[in-house]
Amino acid sequence: MAKYLLLKHYRGAPAAVNDVPMDQWTPEEVTAHVRYMEDFAARLRSTGEYVDSQALTTQGTFVRSDGEGRPPVTDGPFAETKDLIAGWMIIDVDTYDRALELAGELSAAPGAGGVPVQEWLELRPFYAELPTVTE
Amino acid sequence: MNEALVRELVPAVIGILVRRGAEFAAAEDAVQEALIRALETWPGDPPRDAKGWLVAVAWRKFIDATRAETSRRGREFAVDAEPEAGPVPATDDTLWLYFLCAHPSLSPASAVALTLRAVGGLTTKQIATAYLVPESTMAQRISRAKKRIAGAQLDRPSDPATVLRVLYLVFNEGYSGDVDLAAEAIRLTRQLAAATDEPEVSGLLALMLLHHARRASRTEGGRLIPLAEQDRSRWDTSLVAEGVAILQAALARDRLGEYQAQAAIAALHADAPSTADTDWIQIVEWYDELLALTESPVVRLNRAVAVGEADGPRAGLAALTGLDPDLPRHTAVRAYLLERAGELEQAATLYAEAAHAATTMPERDHLTRESARVRPLPRA
Repeated sequence: MAKYLLLKHYRGAPAAVNDVPMDQWTPEEVTAHVRYMEDFAARLRSTGEYVDSQALTTQGTFVRSDGEGRPPVTDGPFAETKDLIAGWMIIDVDTYDRALELAGELSAAPGAGGVPVQEWLELRPFYAELPTVTE
Repeated sequence: MNEALVRELVPAVIGILVRRGAEFAAAEDAVQEALIRALETWPGDPPRDAKGWLVAVAWRKFIDATRAETSRRGREFAVDAEPEAGPVPATDDTLWLYFLCAHPSLSPASAVALTLRAVGGLTTKQIATAYLVPESTMAQRISRAKKRIAGAQLDRPSDPATVLRVLYLVFNEGYSGDVDLAAEAIRLTRQLAAATDEPEVSGLLALMLLHHARRASRTEGGRLIPLAEQDRSRWDTSLVAEGVAILQAALARDRLGEYQAQAAIAALHADAPSTADTDWIQIVEWYDELLALTESPVVRLNRAVAVGEADGPRAGLAALTGLDPDLPRHTAVRAYLLERAGELEQAATLYAEAAHAATTMPERDHLTRESARVRPLPRA
């Protein structure tokens, strides 16, 4: 089994096929979208492939140390230019192909007009635990 | 109640119930109920034969459960069907359970989880922690695996290799959480070796013991220590001795298999006072045996490393030709052989490339350090 991160971006990914901002959807469309993703997660729970999922707000800020004894420096928010993560799901699946298949399915959640969003999701493998045998 | 004893008894009792015709999931439930009963009564009234007691009570619970929806007559029948008290003969029911849990219809991950649960007697929570997934995820994985094998034929599948592969998977998963999966795999393989007469089972047990003997020296604070730099005084000599003895007995049976060949290579490493004093020529010969058995590109890659030690880095590089460069660790091996051949620039580049492709963090860090070591970067 290998763990994969399905990363959803507010911005930074290529444009979705059905690219309508969510604040222009009808409430029913939003509900259908959310239900699709909940059903998706529930199904992965039942197959033993679910690990975790979280949604994030848009309030991202870059922070770094400014040297000892000084408060950290923050950058932005310069909302219009940055890549911004919207949330993630972590899955634990047998193969890379299975991870691809699931990411594809999640990307097809319904959007404006009930038409699949076909948004881009980033798929990233986790580093594995160090196996016992290495030589 | 002694937890170790229970962990040992539960799989045997499940095996007996399934053998008598209970479905796997129902058998497991019945045994769980019997365990609860044992918790209540054993402290005041310890049984003479713990296993016999568990079989009797679990079987009654099973009959109760299956007959619960039929009539009172069914219950009477259950009383009739109660087995005689007394010692239960040791049969190979546990062995049979190993084969069921490694059933070919299960994915490797499911087979591993089910084996740890049913044969190993671990709790779902312990298994989930070891594999870093939520308990509910692991519970689903196990329950789906049980459903999948519910209709499985009761006769033993003919492929013991699957059972051995599952046990080796458990062993290789390492050790996170409160359960040491490597130790657990050794315990289960010991049981299997005691119940069966198959040199390859001994070969796998020997291989695990020999690897396990070197465990303490293999990492330091999460950092990978390559074989050449390991502190050999920290190798567990009693485990090495046991592994070698088991291996020798297996090899004497003259039915060589891949685990015996791998164990032979591990034994030659364990035997050597240093990398330089290792019998690399014999290791290459064992890799040739292993290749004849498996024809695996991974084995060919490992063989190239051994050839590099036995006949020099150029010979090792020659042994790499024809191998798929996308093979895991291929780049790292090439970098190592090039470094030894004095091609430092190229080696540093390849180490860095290998670090990018590494699948574990300790491996990535190790390869990054190797790259930096071979080509010190100018610092501002």
